Amino acid sequence: MSTPVPGRRDPDRDPGLQPERTRLAWRRTTLSGTVVAVLAVKAALHGGTSAAGVVACAVCCVLWLGFLSVAHRRIRALATTASPVVFTPRHAAAAVLCTVAMALCGAALVL
Amino acid sequence: MIEFVRNVRLWFAPAEIREDGETPDYRFSLANERTFLAWVRTALALIGGGFAVDQFLPDLRWAWRAGLALALLAAGVLCSLRAVNHWVRCERAMRRGEDLPVSRFPALLSLVVAVVAVAMVVVVLVGWEG
Repeated sequence: MSTPVPGRRDPDRDPGLQPERTRLAWRRTTLSGTVVAVLAVKAALHGGTSAAGVVACAVCCVLWLGFLSVAHRRIRALATTASPVVFTPRHAAAAVLCTVAMALCGAALVL
Repeated sequence: MIEFVRNVRLWFAPAEIREDGETPDYRFSLANERTFLAWVRTALALIGGGFAVDQFLPDLRWAWRAGLALALLAAGVLCSLRAVNHWVRCERAMRRGEDLPVSRFPALLSLVVAVVAVAMVVVVLVGWEG
């Protein structure tokens, strides 16, 4: 991203900073996902290491990586162009599937 | 419910949405995306709560602990599925120039959260006595 020159406004730049806000929203969401992944790891290691626990923990980490890659791709798309491309349903579905699968891993760890 | 199933098909067919109506101002789409992300965070918080109940209330009886944790996890799953569904519906409504869809989900979710919170208070108090 180019450094802004004070006193002069870039005509392409949205004064509402919508792409920046969206980028930060992705960051916050990734952070929430990280908290869940850390809790999953703690749950798996807490009650003694069983094979099922380790598998669930590993799956959670992979899902976290999946979410991270969706977020990273979107953040890069938002940063590169002045008028960003529209978010696709496929990405939305991918992010949500990671979330749902994390919950299922959680259910497996609880039971 | 049938509407939901029809929307599920749309999640994986971005081209179909793009054929519908006109592309709105990208700022509206970004606002819709942020709303979607806020719902996903809510879902992640519920899921995290499920993990936390399971781990940080070890003195509870197993049935209560598992029940509460599973309820929170299920609420998280519902919330995230609803997030993507609502996003698709809003996106389509904006493209067609229709009113944005209304939803009773936020009211339902807040009721469920309130019930779970009351249940937690009761469970923790009973757990301490017993």
